[in-house]
Amino acid sequence: MTTAVAFRNLTLGYDQHPAVHHLETEIDQGSLTAIVGPNGAGKSTLLKGVTGVLAPLEGRIETSGLGYEDIAYLPQQSEIDRSFPISVIDLVAMGLWQEIGALGQLGRAKRSRVDAAIAAVGLTGFERRPIASLSGGQMQRALFARLLLQDTKLVLLDEPFTAIDAQTMADLIDLIHQWHGEGRTVLAVLHDQDTVKAHFPQTLMLARELVAHGPTDRVLTSENQYRARQMCEACASIPHVCGKSVA
Amino acid sequence: MIWELLFAPFADFGFMRRALLGCIAVSVGATPVGVFLMLRHMSLTGDAMAHAILPGAAIGYLISGLSLGAMTVGGLIAGMVVALGSGYVARVTALREDASLAAFYLISLALGVLIVSTRGSNVDLMHVLFGTVLALDDAALILLCSFASLSVIVLAVLFRPLVLECADPQFLRSVSKLSAVTHFTFLGVVVMNLVAGFHALGTLMAVGIMILPAAAARFWAAGIGGLIAGAAAIAVISSMVGLLLSFHYSLPSGPAIILVAGIIYAVSLIFGSVGGLIARTRPRRHFET
Repeated sequence: MTTAVAFRNLTLGYDQHPAVHHLETEIDQGSLTAIVGPNGAGKSTLLKGVTGVLAPLEGRIETSGLGYEDIAYLPQQSEIDRSFPISVIDLVAMGLWQEIGALGQLGRAKRSRVDAAIAAVGLTGFERRPIASLSGGQMQRALFARLLLQDTKLVLLDEPFTAIDAQTMADLIDLIHQWHGEGRTVLAVLHDQDTVKAHFPQTLMLARELVAHGPTDRVLTSENQYRARQMCEACASIPHVCGKSVA
Repeated sequence: MIWELLFAPFADFGFMRRALLGCIAVSVGATPVGVFLMLRHMSLTGDAMAHAILPGAAIGYLISGLSLGAMTVGGLIAGMVVALGSGYVARVTALREDASLAAFYLISLALGVLIVSTRGSNVDLMHVLFGTVLALDDAALILLCSFASLSVIVLAVLFRPLVLECADPQFLRSVSKLSAVTHFTFLGVVVMNLVAGFHALGTLMAVGIMILPAAAARFWAAGIGGLIAGAAAIAVISSMVGLLLSFHYSLPSGPAIILVAGIIYAVSLIFGSVGGLIARTRPRRHFET
């Protein structure tokens, strides 16, 4: 199996403080992986690193030739201005950015793809509504519709089910399975262990450093979770310059 | 009677026609920019930038007197330096955009006041500060119309990335490299419109025709197209009414135009159909679903 994303001695962080520390592992192409770990374990930071927004302090991320146009990213706290007067359909249609860019037209064929994506997340009838009128769950559905249109090889989801009701979550998980079936690589930061166990074959447990990575039933053990908590509590101690660093 | 009140001043006097044309150009160019400033929560940025162009215009004036070209170039340079400098600082350092812009524009303003005061009080220089809408010559009109046209064209080309940069900047950054280009080009367009505006209304009033109509239109339109059209219409009406008031009652024209826009804003605030004060208190009909 080929590798979609390889972390090579990766250290990511803000200022000099590492959030991800000397991570060394590989994500298989076409895998469906949950990233779990305590708060402050560096899960969101890792996704930001993969998108390329955050440059590594040390080491590197190899994305086997994937450019930013091949990566779709749903951030945890989206910077979307919910008061901005834009309709659901306009927001979702921007998933086609790589095809239409700044000036391209949204022709009939593309328009029907946008409609199909909106239908796939169950928002048919909401096309013309301003995003300000959407509930949290509806907004997340709209953002998933945009991800559908982005049609990328790699999909990064940062806590996609926070403050989402069970029905919405079930619908969105169906979409994730659909992506998995289409051979896309999906990396999702999650907290709910039942969700991870039920739907994610692979798990990467992070506590700044790698705790475990592999089949979910072997990673999500109580020993690993205890170790992860210990490691994260240790991070809170007085910082000193890392001895593993070459610099 | 109505003819004499509303149309005769423009029909009889060339300077009034020129003033109206200049104001319409400024209105059409500046109001879409104002709408985007408002939607980006940057309404006060327009004000800061208006102060920032002062030293450039003043230096231009010192070098070659009341010359259209020199003051325009000076204003553009000063505005661009502040826009690019503060934008750069905000993007690469910990200082946020508001603080870095405040720092840059305050330095620029102090420099401008220093330069102005070294030449003592000067009537010509007052014209720079408060505009000369009733004395626009051909060159000034061509400049205003060119800047307005360029501004509208640039915004049309940049419309989609600009909307995304306002609504979901993180997404724009993740799908394209246009984010920084969009941001700085937009700031450039702001500067361009303020420089055009200061020839007509002065550096201090130019920002009024940019922001007030946009703020007023917010109470009438929900969509972005409606906002731009509404704001432009309000700006044109304010210009016409303001010029007439200034003609009939010998008021300074720049402040008259901006005050009319201010009155329209106040009326919109109270009676506006989209979230106006009265509309808020009344029960509204609503859909079944």
